[in-house]
Amino acid sequence: MHKIYRRIEQIAGNVITVEASGVAYRELAQVTSHRGTSLAQVIRLDGERVSLQVFAGSRGIATDAQVRFLGHPMQTSFSEALLGRVFTGSGTPRDKGPPIAENMINIGGPSVNPAKRIIPRHMVRTGIPMIDVFNTLVESQKLPVFSVAGEPYNPLLARIALQAEVDIIILGGMGLKHDDYLFFRDYLEEHGALARAVLFVHTAADPTVECLMVPDISLAVAEQFALQNKRVLVLLTDMTNFADALKEIAITMEQIPSNRGYPGDLYSQLAARYEKAVDFDTAGSITILAVTTMPGDDVTHPVPDNTGYITEGQFYLRNGRIEPFGSLSRLKQLVNNRTREDHRTIMNTMIQLYAGYKETLEKQAMGFRMSAWDRKLLKYGERFEKELMDLSVNIPLEEALDLGWRILADCFEPAETGVPTALVKKFWPKAAAEAEEPVAVAK
Amino acid sequence: MSENIGRIVGVNGNLLTVEFDSPVTQNEVGFATLGDLKLKSEVIRIRGQRAELQVFEDTTGLKVGDQVEFTGNLLAVELGPGLLTQIYDGLQNPLPALAEKCGFFLQRGTYLDSLDRQRKWAFTPSAKKGDTVQAGDKLGNVPEGIFEHRIMVPFSLHGKHTVEEVAAKGEYTLEDVVARLKGEHGEAVEVRMLQRWPVKFPIKAYAERLRPVEPLITKVRIVDTFFPVARGGTYCIPGPFGAGKTVLQQITSRYAEVDIVIIAACGERAGEVVETLREFPELTDPRTGKSLMERTLIICNTSSMPVAAREASVYTAVTIAEYYRQMGLNVLLLADSTSRWAQALREVSGRLEEIPGEEAFPAYLESVIAAFYERGGLVKLRDGSTGSVTIGGTVSPAGGNFEEPVTQSTLKVVGAFHGLSRERSDARRYPAIHPLESWSKYPSVVDDEDVRFARQGLRHGNEVGQMMKVVGEEGTSLDDFIVYLKAEYLDAVYLQQDAFNAVDAATPAARQQYVFGRLVKILRTKMSFDDKDAARKFFQALTQVTKDWNRAPMPGDGKTADAEGEKQFKDLEARIEKMVEEVTDYA
Repeated sequence: MHKIYRRIEQIAGNVITVEASGVAYRELAQVTSHRGTSLAQVIRLDGERVSLQVFAGSRGIATDAQVRFLGHPMQTSFSEALLGRVFTGSGTPRDKGPPIAENMINIGGPSVNPAKRIIPRHMVRTGIPMIDVFNTLVESQKLPVFSVAGEPYNPLLARIALQAEVDIIILGGMGLKHDDYLFFRDYLEEHGALARAVLFVHTAADPTVECLMVPDISLAVAEQFALQNKRVLVLLTDMTNFADALKEIAITMEQIPSNRGYPGDLYSQLAARYEKAVDFDTAGSITILAVTTMPGDDVTHPVPDNTGYITEGQFYLRNGRIEPFGSLSRLKQLVNNRTREDHRTIMNTMIQLYAGYKETLEKQAMGFRMSAWDRKLLKYGERFEKELMDLSVNIPLEEALDLGWRILADCFEPAETGVPTALVKKFWPKAAAEAEEPVAVAK
Repeated sequence: MSENIGRIVGVNGNLLTVEFDSPVTQNEVGFATLGDLKLKSEVIRIRGQRAELQVFEDTTGLKVGDQVEFTGNLLAVELGPGLLTQIYDGLQNPLPALAEKCGFFLQRGTYLDSLDRQRKWAFTPSAKKGDTVQAGDKLGNVPEGIFEHRIMVPFSLHGKHTVEEVAAKGEYTLEDVVARLKGEHGEAVEVRMLQRWPVKFPIKAYAERLRPVEPLITKVRIVDTFFPVARGGTYCIPGPFGAGKTVLQQITSRYAEVDIVIIAACGERAGEVVETLREFPELTDPRTGKSLMERTLIICNTSSMPVAAREASVYTAVTIAEYYRQMGLNVLLLADSTSRWAQALREVSGRLEEIPGEEAFPAYLESVIAAFYERGGLVKLRDGSTGSVTIGGTVSPAGGNFEEPVTQSTLKVVGAFHGLSRERSDARRYPAIHPLESWSKYPSVVDDEDVRFARQGLRHGNEVGQMMKVVGEEGTSLDDFIVYLKAEYLDAVYLQQDAFNAVDAATPAARQQYVFGRLVKILRTKMSFDDKDAARKFFQALTQVTKDWNRAPMPGDGKTADAEGEKQFKDLEARIEKMVEEVTDYA
């Protein structure tokens, strides 16, 4: 039987230290004090001194609290019974359902052998032109949504979750406002998607350490579903809270901070989670969409910065729109050559012209005279923002491409756009050109 | 080897504190025992009777009191025929073989032979009995794919040796003895095709190091023409995330004119490695007509794999690069990203509680980076042939700020700097190498005078552009405006390259010389226009035709002889000339 220890040497932050022997690194323990029982995990061994992070926090723990080591690392149950259920970061039910303890699996398992991965080939259609046309989401991609606190990132995630063609949705909520948690649950339920979803939710009111477990537990479950040939979409919101929880523990453990107090291994810690996104050779896939709120709208803040280096692109959410600059889907080139031949050209041309529009706006703001070219750009930019950029636009990719051609043709001559001559011949709307002729005659 | 067993007294992340009785060596390899598993680790600090070891695996489950077996050997790689086409992890474990054994996931504590012990190689001897040889000299060779793989006197031998016996022509495995040597003091040495070399020591079995001067053609125009790389040189690509560092590396690994490409994916995404390892076998190398994989070797320690092995991976890669250099081959080592490697150093340093330097990087960061890049170089071997290791490393500066320690330490030691800019990548100008901030100390493939003129034009155009932001277009003279348009034109049709177009993606040196010569001529042409709108319209049209020209195969390009396409090339060139002629100011 497992030994019980009753003498806690040190309590600092959410970390307690006991003297114990035969304890394994990362082993789980139960800490029982008069305030209740909590799980705790070993995070350092130093001779007989064992440091543990207590999931429920150290508040109210007495020096004579019971510490019982369980002989295994953190685990979670995995079965179809998880679907439709809501759990906390430590895996206990948050809804009124029964606890599930069958088929336990370790969380935070080893990484996938690159030789068993395949190149992602499937586009995830979302019906949002800013994603489908300009930054196509690809199955097995890991993509963060960089956002300032007030932006509608959770509704965006929920909408993508519903419209994307996936088998299983797993939501990992970290430091979520209780309202937001209810929003996700109700939204999925209303649209009949809760039955294929599992929610692991840590709300802002819950103990910090549980927040650390959410990505691991969500991804461990996702991995099992993927191995059963399912296409899984994992939504993580908000990873900045996760990083802050890491920071808290690191500082408590007196680690040397590297950048704005974050631990030196922040990159590796984030990467270990994001890299779980995978397209398995001969099995399913995991796609990760994660919200990273940028403190002070600063993309060079360590959390978005490290995230950007790990993920395969990013969506910038600003002023309720997905910004075309800065937003990027690094995997889009794997799929957008097989959608329609004009996809890439439309994507590049429209963005380059939109960049021109932005420059013109600056010039206009400074009161310079607008040239003929500037006026064309202004007309173009406004239509682009209204008809394609707006997040409420919901049209399939092909329609969005046609719309792109129409906007171009309404605003420019073919040569002004830099579109290859062959594509102009094939796609440039003829109707628009003819419609303009009578005007020329009238002059 | 005597048994040397230590005992774990502390575990902190991937760092073990171990008490030992018999002597241990700094950087020697130890195995921590966890049940049936043995976890590879390396001694990184010794204090009194305690050694600190970084474990190359996840340490979950290790206990105080668990045993650590010290091996007495430094961390080493296996060298021999069969390395090419392989995909190794940072410790030279073959990943495909590992996948066969363990399935989808990388199980810790599983170590396989890096090279196939069963496979037989057709050995042809070249040394004779009685020859005097020393470390690195050729004894014979075996064919490895498209190369003659030299079997050499082990690099670890000191002094001169006499060949006693060389195996006859025939088939041998890596572990068969192919030669017997006798040292100056009569000691007998058996030579096998397989040898080991500790990764943290450079291989120095050559006659002399030479200055790198010959350009290494990457077929990326902005690189070869403006910021060239030399064979045996070093360069770095710093850039914020999303600016296209990895894409640039991938393009280089595909098209660079070298014999062997070693890709060290160090702490980056697994997806990128997958793209390479799934696509390369399908692509043909235009130089040899064989699969591109035959000249490629991948060392991959992706970001989710253990951190300590990430640090080892760049050394594993450079050691293998040096090994092939010893055969008189030109090797290109692409390390992506050296920042992740530096971060691995930082993580370990933090756990050792060393006094931190800037941004918590260890104080020895600079010397470690310098020592790594210094392993690149052009060397003359003792048989008179030359070989080179070119190192190109990406740097991922925190916040895209080049002032940070890793970028700065790297800039001090490299010969070329390809700084990627967020502005250019946001404007979809690829490759996003900044044409004004980057530099190179190596000679270009085109005429130096032309390059100077073009750079001058770019700088001048940029100045006009900046000024125009303040005084507006109407405040700019038509002449200045033309300067600006010319710079934009050069940027659009030469600096930028369409990576997805088969022709435009890779521009051989000959085509660069030809096209750049034509473009400089256009830039030098004095032009006259009625007004700015007319000038802009002209350059928009010219840009489009020139881009079409870039996409047309050039006669004698080595690409498939497509008569249609070649005619197009000539036609477009004629059109461009005619267009320019129409606006030329002959006054």
